[in-house]
Amino acid sequence: MRFYHFSEQPYPKAWTEDNKSIRVAIPNSQCDPKELATIYHERLDEWLHADEMGLDIMINEHHATATCVCPVAAIPLAVLARQTKRARLLTLGYPIANRLDPVRVAEEFAVIDVLSRGRLEMGLVRGIQYEIPLSVRSAVGQMDRFWEAHDLIIKAMSTRTGPFEWQGEHFQYPQVNVWPQPWQQPHPPVWITGRSPQNVREIAERGYVLATFLSGYDTKPVFDVYRKTCADLGKPVPALDRFAYLGIVAIADDRKEAWRRAEIMAGYLRSSSVVAEPFNTPPGYFSVPDAARMLKGAGRPMVTTKDGKRVDAFKGDLEDLVKAGIMFVGTPDDVTAQLQEFDERVGGLGNFLMMGHAGHMTHKEACDQITLMAKEVLPRLQKDSAKQAA
Amino acid sequence: MQTPVIEEIAGIRLEVIRQGKGRRILFLHPHLGLHGADAFVDALSAGAEVFAPSHPGFGRSDLRKGMNTVEDLSYYYLDLLEALDWSEVTVVGSSFGAWIAAAMAVKNTSRMSGLVLIDALGVKFSSGSGNDFLNFFATPRPRLEELYYHDASFARSGIPESSDEERSVIARNWDATAMYGWNPYMHDPKLRGRLPRIRIPSLVLWGGSDAIVPASLGVSYAEALPRGTYDSISGAGHFPHIEKPAETAQRILKFASRAPAVVKA
Repeated sequence: MRFYHFSEQPYPKAWTEDNKSIRVAIPNSQCDPKELATIYHERLDEWLHADEMGLDIMINEHHATATCVCPVAAIPLAVLARQTKRARLLTLGYPIANRLDPVRVAEEFAVIDVLSRGRLEMGLVRGIQYEIPLSVRSAVGQMDRFWEAHDLIIKAMSTRTGPFEWQGEHFQYPQVNVWPQPWQQPHPPVWITGRSPQNVREIAERGYVLATFLSGYDTKPVFDVYRKTCADLGKPVPALDRFAYLGIVAIADDRKEAWRRAEIMAGYLRSSSVVAEPFNTPPGYFSVPDAARMLKGAGRPMVTTKDGKRVDAFKGDLEDLVKAGIMFVGTPDDVTAQLQEFDERVGGLGNFLMMGHAGHMTHKEACDQITLMAKEVLPRLQKDSAKQAA
Repeated sequence: MQTPVIEEIAGIRLEVIRQGKGRRILFLHPHLGLHGADAFVDALSAGAEVFAPSHPGFGRSDLRKGMNTVEDLSYYYLDLLEALDWSEVTVVGSSFGAWIAAAMAVKNTSRMSGLVLIDALGVKFSSGSGNDFLNFFATPRPRLEELYYHDASFARSGIPESSDEERSVIARNWDATAMYGWNPYMHDPKLRGRLPRIRIPSLVLWGGSDAIVPASLGVSYAEALPRGTYDSISGAGHFPHIEKPAETAQRILKFASRAPAVVKA
């Protein structure tokens, strides 16, 4: 198993009760550039530390939000491509259906891949619904657009014979000719997030890494669709490295301290869905039957614990969230055991994306968490993976 | 209002209401679909043959693959007039439907005797980067319902308790609204420059207290049409056909009976 350290680069000072929408509508006057500079540097330093400790790195982007003050994932990726030595650099990801210029995406990826000497992992995402109100294009037909953008990006990165024309349904270019060619051939590995069976099948057909975020013990059926698709297509059993899961980690030598950190990190879950009407249900994002169901009254997103209890994925209490596989909390022994159980129950996990910093957590605490995960937990999980592979 | 039926017309299975006898009126609904239009259709059909479809993608009408702009809808409805072999038609559009009606009329008015645009979206008159219309997608639904009407009691409530089918129609209409009108928001930047092509009698009707599109825009609209006249309906907001169905229908029927069928030199 590989561990990717991740932070959303939040600005938690703006997560106040007065703010009824900490996404989309929140004015940027609430974000002090001087404080944010410190935040940026601390998070980058944590990623450098993760690199030194043997962990990999994950970056994401969101727009107009205090949950994640990184609207351009390419920028920290570029910094880290230069400053890190060994870590894989995963962006998960680029919301390519909302971007107007997929060729520009291919160019950014190509530069980062070369700059890092072949360490880029290209994550492509549909993006959460809160991105839609800020997008030039609506959510109607978003997945069609996603796949066309994907096809164009892959072709642009893989073509070595000079320019080609692209006259698609959603994107049109007179001449596509990406310089440089990427370091990894024909292009860096692709990761895509998915939950719905249709989407997971499309990811499996292409053999990409499938990632799910905070889906807890509901992850197994999602991974099962991937495995079944491979079986149906007569492809080999997918390797563990095709599966990735993002959970929140609160770890400390002392169990009490770990639970204290868990409380801090849960601030992310508590605030993440504080989004005003109508930005939480943009038209076209949900299917008509789902949207019709939501008109009955906002149902809370729920997740199932390992003992079958349904709990609120964002507001549930911490012990339930640990039982649900959303959070991994405790001493290195506790977290190892929780991850081993999760790994087993989902049918094998090759990549654990750890939200190792969230909310008001300090730089020192985040570094301590990274050290513990790298030194105490990762070696034991790697040994397990080796056993499984053998 | 009669129960809508499904008919295949000009290649699309369309949900339609056909009602009444007399002069022909094509009614193009707003983004709410045919919600609240019962009394209006009844009043209108007392003096005319009314054809009121759900637009492709709305209600229970199919959406043809590749169709996703008001331009597509305008060509479709011109084909529909041909398929029905209707002529001397008064085309009436409300809000989003008025955008479609104007987009039809700039192309071909040969089957039309008159045009009625009610609280129209579709044309931006202001210069600069501002918006002429309140953005539906950035306004909370309950607030939007209040803003739609002069009399807040018309605001739609009870949606959570409505049937699965009703909620599906609401969700589908909302998706279609975004598909046709997300960006540029609820207008076609080219349409204003083409309005002088509409040389048939045109009535611009506006709810006196429209909080979505100000009445001043309606006045500009009437001025931009070669044979446009402006009239307003007091005690109505953005949807006079819902709030003042009898009065709105009466104004339209009066206009339709006055509009000369063909202007001959």
